[in-house]
Amino acid sequence: MRYLMRRIIFYVVAFVATITINFFLPRAMPGNPAEALMSKFGGRLNPLALKSIEIAFGLHEHEPIWNQYLQYLGQLLHGNLGTSLAYYPASVSGLIGTALPWTLFLVGLSTIISFVIGIIIGSISAWRFGGAFDTFMSTFFTFTYAFPYFWIALACLYLIGYLWGVFPISGAYSMDLVPNLSVSFVFNVIRHAILPSLTIIFTSVGYWAVNMRNTTITTLAEDYVTMAEAKGITLRRILLRYAGRNAILPNITGFAMSMGFIVGGAILTEIVFSYPGLGNLLFQAVQQEDYPLIQGILMIISFSVLAANFVADVTYSLLDPRVRVGGNQ
Amino acid sequence: MSVASPSSTPAQGAFQKFRERNSRILPNIKARIGVGLLLVFVLLAVLAPVISPYSPTYTGFSLGASPSPAHLLGTTRSGQDILSQLIWGTRPSLDVSLTTGFITMLLAVAIGILAGLLEGIIDEILMLFTNIVLVLPSIVLVIVISSYISAASDVTISFIIALTSWPWGARVIRAQTLHLKSKDFVKAAIASGENHFRIAFFEILPNMFSLVAANFFFTCLYAVVTVASLQFLGLGNINAISWGSILYWANNSNALMIGAWWWFLPPGLAIGLLGAAFALINFGIDELTNPRLRREGR
Repeated sequence: MRYLMRRIIFYVVAFVATITINFFLPRAMPGNPAEALMSKFGGRLNPLALKSIEIAFGLHEHEPIWNQYLQYLGQLLHGNLGTSLAYYPASVSGLIGTALPWTLFLVGLSTIISFVIGIIIGSISAWRFGGAFDTFMSTFFTFTYAFPYFWIALACLYLIGYLWGVFPISGAYSMDLVPNLSVSFVFNVIRHAILPSLTIIFTSVGYWAVNMRNTTITTLAEDYVTMAEAKGITLRRILLRYAGRNAILPNITGFAMSMGFIVGGAILTEIVFSYPGLGNLLFQAVQQEDYPLIQGILMIISFSVLAANFVADVTYSLLDPRVRVGGNQ
Repeated sequence: MSVASPSSTPAQGAFQKFRERNSRILPNIKARIGVGLLLVFVLLAVLAPVISPYSPTYTGFSLGASPSPAHLLGTTRSGQDILSQLIWGTRPSLDVSLTTGFITMLLAVAIGILAGLLEGIIDEILMLFTNIVLVLPSIVLVIVISSYISAASDVTISFIIALTSWPWGARVIRAQTLHLKSKDFVKAAIASGENHFRIAFFEILPNMFSLVAANFFFTCLYAVVTVASLQFLGLGNINAISWGSILYWANNSNALMIGAWWWFLPPGLAIGLLGAAFALINFGIDELTNPRLRREGR
């Protein structure tokens, strides 16, 4: 319990820090971006939206910064992330609300698949430590690790989407369809998700496989594994019941943590495939200098990363009693 | 499911055998290939004026030509020779990744050793700070900051990436500092009244050289890919010739849709190979220093 309390306090502090960074970042930049913004959009906005931009970007030069900060916090507490400039008059929270489910669907599902495949490959590599499979996989993953995400996506797009024309290459569903729950629409969505999903899996599976392999190898050297061997327990049972369940522990934490990065992690994949998720929305916002939207997305992403880390901590303390008893890290 | 070995009774025996067979050979091969690749890129960067067939910025060639003996990788839509761009692009890409790796390493070493050496309240504060930066979504932050700064230079981008990616290294280095502090030779140095600076730089730092080096190369890998991604998105300096900017212009000119593979495949391959060079060196160091991954038994 003491452990969890410490963690909760940490995440509260971290969240306040994130909000604060979000608040000061545009102000600390050379040449206040908001000024350019106001001259660009000033005439088109209603007074309420103007006010919220002023608060978010510090245009009240006469007001002390602490007052501005408090006003900003007040807005956040009311769940008001402001108004988008590029998609005026849409609200930032509304835009994020439509983009988020697509990201969760695409990247979430891909990460789960990638995790499962990675754990299986990693375990086999560790069982066959130094064998042909292990050597091949380690070398292969060194390269998938190093290649830029978006480039693999481009190459896939070119090969499978363009050259062979197997799968649709952009968007989340065909433009002539209206989203509904019919079977044909669901199939259309899945067909559109396959290519981006494959590239995410391809580039991320190596991370899980290499980690699982290394933790399993380390675990296999533990004394209790030697003890199990001495007792004559079969290799298969040792790997599954003794080493495997301990080796997977740090990976489960890593998995929970990566769920947070899902929201922001596949930005480039989404952009390459014009997938209507949060990453693509952020890119649009960056291109059109839509600062309220940028701020809002950064905030949502930070929040989900923190939430996922917290879930990881809770999971870990449930799975590994040493963490609970140990108390201080 | 048993390991392929005639003496299958004790699992350890099988593992031991594999370890012995591959001991010392593989890690070194990895590190060697990595260093070799890196040297190739360094040579390309240094010799760019000599080996590059044309000037990378000259725009007088035929527009959007496919590969030919005169232009091995074809030309861009504005009539530049792609091979020359690729060769000259090695310079900024190497530059920015090594700079980022270096800044990150300095930050990680300074904060990690300071926290580990001083302990107490300073350690608590530094680690709180480290853990907060650690959970910030760094790629998003890098994109956002470089969009706030219009046309950020390579050095600025290096600093932005370094500022969001030092915590991993700092944590590892702090842990190692704590571990080394419990060793007799450091205890002796403390007991004999040496100052913190001397202990940090002459007792502790030399003993975690491999850790620092692995961290450096890992950050370089991260930086190559991140900088290329930023430039691909049109952030940072896209008017200078670099691998990322070649990709940006290729994508901007719909190279993919007109099937100009010679325009967008080579720069990505170059980024990946440089990244792989850093990764191989990093893994090599890892396996040389982690006795369990080294395949030599305990």
